Amino acid sequence: MILKIASREFRSLFLSPMAWTILAILQFILAFLFLTQVEAFAELQPKLATIEGAPGLTDIIVPPLFGNAGIILLLVTPLLTMRLICEERRNKTLALLLSAPVSNIDIILGKYLGILGLMLLIIALITLMPLSLLFGAELDFGKLFANILGLLLLVTAFAATGLFMSCIASHPTVAAMSTFGMLLLLWILDWSVGMNDHRSELFEYLSMLRHFQNIQSGLISSVDVSYFLLFITIFIALSIHSLDNDRLQK
Amino acid sequence: MITLIEADHLTRYYGNHCAVNDVSFTLAKGEVLGFLGSNGAGKTTTMQMLCGNLAPSAGQIKINGFDLLDQPKAAKLNLGYLPDTPPLYKELTVQEFLLYCARLHGIAKSSVTGAINRAQERCGLTDVADRLIANLSKGFQQRVGIAQAILHNPEVIVLDEPTVGLDPIQIREIRSLIRELGQDHGVILSTHILTEVQESCTHVQIIDQGQLILNETIAGLNRQMDTGTLQVATRLTVDTNRLLSIPGVSSIESISENRIKIHHSVTANPAEQIAEQIIAAGWGLQELTPVKRSMEDIFISLTKEHREL
Repeated sequence: MILKIASREFRSLFLSPMAWTILAILQFILAFLFLTQVEAFAELQPKLATIEGAPGLTDIIVPPLFGNAGIILLLVTPLLTMRLICEERRNKTLALLLSAPVSNIDIILGKYLGILGLMLLIIALITLMPLSLLFGAELDFGKLFANILGLLLLVTAFAATGLFMSCIASHPTVAAMSTFGMLLLLWILDWSVGMNDHRSELFEYLSMLRHFQNIQSGLISSVDVSYFLLFITIFIALSIHSLDNDRLQK
Repeated sequence: MITLIEADHLTRYYGNHCAVNDVSFTLAKGEVLGFLGSNGAGKTTTMQMLCGNLAPSAGQIKINGFDLLDQPKAAKLNLGYLPDTPPLYKELTVQEFLLYCARLHGIAKSSVTGAINRAQERCGLTDVADRLIANLSKGFQQRVGIAQAILHNPEVIVLDEPTVGLDPIQIREIRSLIRELGQDHGVILSTHILTEVQESCTHVQIIDQGQLILNETIAGLNRQMDTGTLQVATRLTVDTNRLLSIPGVSSIESISENRIKIHHSVTANPAEQIAEQIIAAGWGLQELTPVKRSMEDIFISLTKEHREL
């Protein structure tokens, strides 16, 4: 039942120009960034060759590409997730799901998986860029994998936040704005840490950027992975709870 | 008789406002229950509660024997619901939308096509099956909404104002569809069009300010409509005294020269004798009609009574 809802959600995304536009623009911008990075490597290559233990091709190209993709997706995800529940409620189509033999958990997970399908597609398209280098060079696959995993965890967390905001907001724009605000706050929470001597461990832990960068560097630790998993679980649970509330109170 | 819906002391509050107050009723197979009420009387709230879109503040609902709260999935399998705004994904075609609904209701893969074709046929959608729902007129969208509700052949069909926005011919079609559905399902429909209830329902309930004030069969309602008055028009002036002597006639009131109102007791209807008498006397009978209270009169007097209490 979850998959039925998910597949409809995924297909509906492609029935509007939204998904196509976002995929095209994203691909265009990231391809541009990717090419500048490749050019930078070509320039640096003679110098790097003289240094012992210098960063390799993967180090110079992949982390910046995935890092930038993360920032761009921070802007894009709220636009993709804003309609998930909010639009259904506004168009009164939620009644169809609520009176069908499906539970609220099915509805939320179905919607979530539907949007994750698009996210996976985006990540796959981004990954194709460094993979194209295989024609003339070798890649550090471990590092590439770490970057893919990092980005995947990051966007699944973005999508979970967006889904929750879509559950509680009365208008898609409000959902998008609050998702964006919340994600940006969590993103930059880390910046204050470096400014003065008294570091806040709590802020440091909450910051998404820090966990993302840890994984990106190739160090996949259970602390960072569980941060994201915990993050996703909390927002999914809150979304289900919020949908339950619909039935109880209005 | 199989009881399909058991609503037991339903109550629903919105904040401090009590929208539905202690409403109980049952629906059996083969019944079409008309739910009447003025705007804001609590019709839609009751329907939403029956379909699990809204939890009642107090009370219990059983659909086909399954408690809506304890076994929601089993209960909802037996339920088809058309809300006041039809829940349509406008970016899909009629066919795609019904396919999604079919899968959502867990119809077996082998019988999906048959179910969709049958629903489209019943609602007259076969010609527009490949068109986008967004491009359909409001009447057709309403029909897609009905098709969605009857698609999985549920035991209970709940229709919230099903004929809103339809043209007179479509309204007739939908009413006959409802009567047809009523034969082997249980149907509840809400409306504020009174003739609709008379035409398509077997039972009627009137709800006002959240309380059930009438729960009757249509036959019982027809009895209530009988006022015990006949209106008679003749070519010549009648001799009222001769008519008064007919057993059962209690009084006669003349409206104009050739037109009189005859009041009689409700138990004995003297229409036949009156006609015979007039014809025998050669007064030239032109019209003999029973005066009935309209459904509107009953509705208005009941709601008025209820509000005065």
